[in-house]
Amino acid sequence: MLAFTPDAVRALGADDVAMRLESLVCATATHLPTTDEEVWRYSRIGELDLDDFVPGRSVTTVEAPEGIVTTEAANDHSNDHSNDHSNDHSDDPADVFQLLNTAFADAIVIRVPAGRIIVEPVVVTHTIGTAAHTRSAVFPRLVLEAGADSEVTVVEQFVSPDGDRSLVVPHLEVHAAQGSRVKYLGVNLLSTTTWSLGHQRAIGERDSTTLLATVALGGDYARVRTEVRLTGQGATTRQIALYFADGTQMHDFRTLQDHAAPKTNSDLLFKGAVQDHARSVYTGLIKVRENAKGSVAFQTNRNLTLSNGAWAESVPNLEIETNEVKCSHASTVGPIDEDQRFYLESRGIPPEVAERLVVLGFFDEVLQQLPVGPLATELRARVAAKLHNRVAALQSSPA
Amino acid sequence: MSTLCIQGLQASVGGKQILHGIDLTVSSGEVHVVMGPNGAGKTTLSSVVMGKPGYKVLAGSVTLDDIDVLALPAWQRAQAGLHLVMQYPSEVGGVSLDHVMQEALIARGRSIDGLDQLLGDEAVRIGLSPELLHRSLNVDFSGGEKKRNETLQLAVLEPRIAILDELDSGLDIDALRDCARRVEDLTNERGMGALVITHYNRLLEELHPDAIHILVKGRIVASGGPELADQLERDGYAAFSPS
Repeated sequence: MLAFTPDAVRALGADDVAMRLESLVCATATHLPTTDEEVWRYSRIGELDLDDFVPGRSVTTVEAPEGIVTTEAANDHSNDHSNDHSNDHSDDPADVFQLLNTAFADAIVIRVPAGRIIVEPVVVTHTIGTAAHTRSAVFPRLVLEAGADSEVTVVEQFVSPDGDRSLVVPHLEVHAAQGSRVKYLGVNLLSTTTWSLGHQRAIGERDSTTLLATVALGGDYARVRTEVRLTGQGATTRQIALYFADGTQMHDFRTLQDHAAPKTNSDLLFKGAVQDHARSVYTGLIKVRENAKGSVAFQTNRNLTLSNGAWAESVPNLEIETNEVKCSHASTVGPIDEDQRFYLESRGIPPEVAERLVVLGFFDEVLQQLPVGPLATELRARVAAKLHNRVAALQSSPA
Repeated sequence: MSTLCIQGLQASVGGKQILHGIDLTVSSGEVHVVMGPNGAGKTTLSSVVMGKPGYKVLAGSVTLDDIDVLALPAWQRAQAGLHLVMQYPSEVGGVSLDHVMQEALIARGRSIDGLDQLLGDEAVRIGLSPELLHRSLNVDFSGGEKKRNETLQLAVLEPRIAILDELDSGLDIDALRDCARRVEDLTNERGMGALVITHYNRLLEELHPDAIHILVKGRIVASGGPELADQLERDGYAAFSPS
């Protein structure tokens, strides 16, 4: 962590430098996690050496209506509920990446006033790795505060140029106040050489509705830890993801649905595919606390392995501390269904087209639920292009 | 004029021989019905002719005119003019019938101009709710809807020879009549040849077969005209055993 120095923090010019330095001290005293820790099991964390990186910044654009977005080098901790979260409820102390994010973050804060409905989606785009010849570590932080009975949709995109070997450590905090409707979509379009270690946390208060969606197509090793906590009666959350890794990419998801109030509802649908020598990991936990009677929680993870050399792992878990709840989880890992393939081929459809239809059909369930329709069409085309690459590779290699 | 010619076909699945030498010839416009009890090899016959993975041909030949069918993968057999109406059509989530028909026509180098109109007209004709054309294929379809959907595809893809594997299973009497009449019309109007595989003779009330073949234990044990179905109805499969 040679380059992550107090001087580097001071150079950001933030006005909360004391707090940042404190966080840096903690980070420097914290070891990198290892795969011995359950939450990092199966990960590629062992390949990471922070000495290879220097602190950097992304080029970030924001499209939003007047008055709801502030970009601050400073984290505004008076309104940042992440502190409540980690102090009161999180079972894990902040890891080194959260601490570094706190120390080095460029924060974007979106505050939607109570009762306000934002019709057009807010679009945040981070371009990473623009500084040539250095391997930078960048720490985007997005704080989304939806006031009572407000409504907002936010899209956050991550892109980097081909060959970029940066490390991006995004952090998302969502706070959905009573009765608010929040939709978030994170899109990973990073180069297949960029690393990403993301963390998303959302709190849903009484009768709020929160959608956290992720589409991961890029990255070398790209991990998202996504956690929702339902703290108010009648809160509803939905987490969905589409991920598709090829080449030697690895996608890694850790999910938590934490029910901490009565009559709360959570649903999760993660669908992924791996091809070539790519890998993916899904591990998810539904936690229903003692006071969360009458809650309903579902968790579904489905994975397609499209090549013999590809590998996917799926580990769903339930931890239920009360009665009177309705919970279920389902998980599958396997190749394309042979009957589906034969059905389409028996209509005269060539194998590569049949495969494209089945895979796009498999992802359709997630694409349909993405909060931004036009973007879903573009993402669908990107999935098709990934499939096409594989078919082209198969056809050019000797049988 | 096309002819599907099956000669001396022997095949196994999972190491067990199911077909012990099948000879059948179906030409354009003809309806041949293969009847047999459970386990006779009916589905194996249709699967092997269409090229479903998992079946092994041990001996014999299948040709469509001058095409060696057994040398082709399933999709090329379909493009050559064979079609299989499945007993249990697969569910394909997120993929709609209109999309599948579009890709199937494109793969054949045929135009998709007017496809939507054609699908709409054929849906009405076969009694399939047109909204199902745009829904996930066979997902949450009733038995009748699945078979109407299968039958509809015959009118769009216009195969030279269609193999209908237990079209009558899972069908109520109205759907059975609609599907059977549509097949009958296609044989008359467009010269489609049909190899109809079934357990029961209720399908024969609507279809008018040119020939009936009794399949027992992987062999055709009797062939004849429609009267053979009456004899089967009277005496049962027990009266037909391999020689």
